[in-house]
Amino acid sequence: MLHDALLVVGKDLRLEWRSRVTTNQVMPFAVLVLVLFAFALDPDRRILQEATPGLFWMAVLFSALLAIQRAFVLESHDGVRDALRLSGLDPAGIFLGKAAGIAVHLLAVELVLGVGVTLFYGAHVGGPLLLIVTCLAATAGLAAAGSLYGVLAAGLRLRETLLPLLLLPVVAPVLIAATQAFQAGFRQASGEGWRWFGLLAIFALIYTSIGIFAFDPLMEES
Amino acid sequence: MTPDTSTPRQAGSPASSPSAGRWRLDPAGTASVGSRVLGLVTLVGIAAFLLVALVASPPDSGRDASINQMGEAVRIMYLHVPVAIVCFLAFFVTAASGAMYLWRKSEGWDLLAAASAEVGVVFTALTLATGSIWGRFAWGAWWVWDARLTTTALLLILFLGYLALRRAITDPVARAKRAAIAGLIGFADVPIVHYSVDWWRSLHQKATITRFNPTIDGLKLFALMFGMVVFLLVYAWLMVHRFRLQYVQARAEERGLDAAIAERRAEGSSGVASPLAGTGAAR
Repeated sequence: MLHDALLVVGKDLRLEWRSRVTTNQVMPFAVLVLVLFAFALDPDRRILQEATPGLFWMAVLFSALLAIQRAFVLESHDGVRDALRLSGLDPAGIFLGKAAGIAVHLLAVELVLGVGVTLFYGAHVGGPLLLIVTCLAATAGLAAAGSLYGVLAAGLRLRETLLPLLLLPVVAPVLIAATQAFQAGFRQASGEGWRWFGLLAIFALIYTSIGIFAFDPLMEES
Repeated sequence: MTPDTSTPRQAGSPASSPSAGRWRLDPAGTASVGSRVLGLVTLVGIAAFLLVALVASPPDSGRDASINQMGEAVRIMYLHVPVAIVCFLAFFVTAASGAMYLWRKSEGWDLLAAASAEVGVVFTALTLATGSIWGRFAWGAWWVWDARLTTTALLLILFLGYLALRRAITDPVARAKRAAIAGLIGFADVPIVHYSVDWWRSLHQKATITRFNPTIDGLKLFALMFGMVVFLLVYAWLMVHRFRLQYVQARAEERGLDAAIAERRAEGSSGVASPLAGTGAAR
């Protein structure tokens, strides 16, 4: 299973290396969202600073939608979905591979956004450890839930409009928990933040295990 | 495929209906003798419920009022609480039927899940509406970011998404499978949402909903319990019809496909082998 996952994630990262879709499109989009938030709220740094955790994670969510769409559009062309099925790869491995690929993309986007909020919003890092583990856990949850819904909506005519409607309500707890953990992390009073990190970890675990079991029936259908 | 050989669960059997006079039922319809009786019982129940809830039960004021002192506005609770319970029941049925479908792969479980999600969406909207009206009286605001309210609102959106997903897929087997998994994922999310919103709000303010007073007196308690029974009946009646409608729809789709195939076969055997004639007929 893990070997298959490595094969899939290697393939996705190689594709990204050659096409540069995330680097050239998703990352600039994420930075653009930050700038747009500033336009919408105020150039006043105080408001932006207060809202930084929420705006950061909203930008991550929007970018995640793009990354997930991209990850599953790759599989829908030229019968790749059938080819994946015929390849004999373990469906759970395919799921883990796709999720890991999305997670790597998201972590890269989060790094850029992190630089962005320090630069544009004047965010001040209080507890770096909490911020890093929050990013890791939230990204794992987003990638797992995103891969599940990505494959649910894959191949449908209406997938572009359907995916946000399906995914965003489910990842609402991730937004809440990651925002709260970031708030604690920026404030240096990170005691409250670890509880939110726990929630993120549980979310990631639940959706990873659902994905491992659900990908088999989802892949075998035509 | 003939419709009569596949006698569905809810339809009255054709043998009993001809003698039933005005009770005669269309075999392709959604009603049966049983569902009509259920419908009548439900109607009578609703009338009796309105009488108890709006007239017979005392207002929440005076000597034996609850701590909330809701006055006449307490009556909306007799509607709100049963509707909310039915809404959560409906989504539980959707998730459980989805799980059963994944296990048994039979069409019936999928239809049950779909019917329950549809009815559940209506009841969730009613829950939010009645809760919002109650909140206007109790807290002076139409909406409060309370854990239960927010969870219910997200639940509504989750299952609107579920129904949208169902509409987006045409192949019945693929639809059943994907919908079952979507229902389960959505249902697994509900407790997580509830806890996260609960923690989120408790950082800023105390819980705003004081629990419905458990020392509620006789006639009020009766109104509440009676409301639950009545709305369970409404749920059951709606489910019977939605289930049957889904079933008949699936059969109609199959027959349409069969008819189209037969048409094309007849075309092929009539000797017109030109591909142009084939595409013309398909339009």
